[in-house]
Amino acid sequence: MARAALPGRLTWQLGRVLELVGETARVKSIMIELPDWQGHRAGQHVDVRLTAEDGYEAQRSYSIASGPEDGGLLLTVERLDDGEVSPFLTDELRAGDEFELRGPIGGYFVWEQRLGGPVLLIAGGSGIVPFRAMLRHRAAVGSTVPFRLLYSSRTWEEVIYRDELLAAPSGDAVDVRFTLTRAWPDDWTGSRGRIDGALLRDVAWPDADQPLTYICGPTGFVEAAAAGLVNNGHAPGRIRTERFGPSGG
Amino acid sequence: MSPITRGFRGRRRDTVDPARVPPGQYVTRDFPVLSAGPTPHTPLPEWSFTIDGAVSEPASWTWEQFLELPADTVTVDIHCVTKWSKLDTEWRGVRVQTLLDQIETAAGYLTAWSDGGYTTNLRLDDVVDDRAWVAYMYGGEPLESEHGGPARLLVPHLYFWKSAKWARGLTLTDDDEPGFWENYGYHNHGDPWLEQRYQGD
Repeated sequence: MARAALPGRLTWQLGRVLELVGETARVKSIMIELPDWQGHRAGQHVDVRLTAEDGYEAQRSYSIASGPEDGGLLLTVERLDDGEVSPFLTDELRAGDEFELRGPIGGYFVWEQRLGGPVLLIAGGSGIVPFRAMLRHRAAVGSTVPFRLLYSSRTWEEVIYRDELLAAPSGDAVDVRFTLTRAWPDDWTGSRGRIDGALLRDVAWPDADQPLTYICGPTGFVEAAAAGLVNNGHAPGRIRTERFGPSGG
Repeated sequence: MSPITRGFRGRRRDTVDPARVPPGQYVTRDFPVLSAGPTPHTPLPEWSFTIDGAVSEPASWTWEQFLELPADTVTVDIHCVTKWSKLDTEWRGVRVQTLLDQIETAAGYLTAWSDGGYTTNLRLDDVVDDRAWVAYMYGGEPLESEHGGPARLLVPHLYFWKSAKWARGLTLTDDDEPGFWENYGYHNHGDPWLEQRYQGD
């Protein structure tokens, strides 16, 4: 069997915060300048390492939100109230601050033109982050591969990248659908409630089209969505998952 | 020392002995899940565990036969490459050594393979004696499918992606052949105390 190309050594480098953007009340995007960034593929992540004055270190992984063609590195971080790292990144970090990163990491939860489609993206909460990179990559390379995005959030206010997702050009083969699980605007016409077999049947591409599906979100969400697709007859080998546990942070 | 991050203090857990936490890890009480695809559900009557490859004669056990093998109950610390460590986890399972005792081989490596297509490679000397098990109970209960049940590899001295979930067999090899994550840039050996997360670490 041919051996996949292996990346070189991943060294830590010092990133400088250029800008912070509030996405929702609990989510911020961090634009970072790196001295020697070799680029990334849509869906990959980076490791972040923070160091306290007494030498104490903490590492976490974060998905890359920027497309490979965007230039620069954008991370989007959700504040986990009992977290150790995310509250620092969302509350304390300022433009001009520096912290260490290394990457890009991961090569399976990635979409590139050569993988084709049609593609179904299923996001729960901040699981949308790697999909923003995939959608921006698709647009940047002028791909015509049909994409559908099913995005589950608790409320409309908690939808990350809302304006960008709503601005998908009409006529473009990207179909964005939302489901809200806790509360709905008065004029809400999207789906209500958690993702289930019926909603998946409605949204998923026919299995005969051999769709490629990516699911990202909390563990329970990913388990439910993946099991729902498999129960509906989709090939498990065409479903790629990325989960973040309750202890992240 | 790494460059200081302005304003970062961290939240140390006083209750944890730092000597038990490898570099770059944090201790969690949860049991997070990491896997690349949907959770497979193989009915126990269809389940078997096989050792094949560079062996004189392959060996295989049905679920019932597997449960009759001598088993250990062990309490170990586990370390995931995604940074969490979980201390004092209790497992019950069959030593890989017990399975290897049933075959003859001169191989130096093996590939563990799983339902769902996952593979990971290990050196034979990383799974001998009391270094590795095929575990089917966790915390006194049957191992849940999302954590790798009905049975998973347990190699606690390496990062946890080496402890293949939904394990169905070991293929012994003369050469070291990278498995699933190892082909995507993760470290070939994966010793958490040496922080061997990615290739080149």
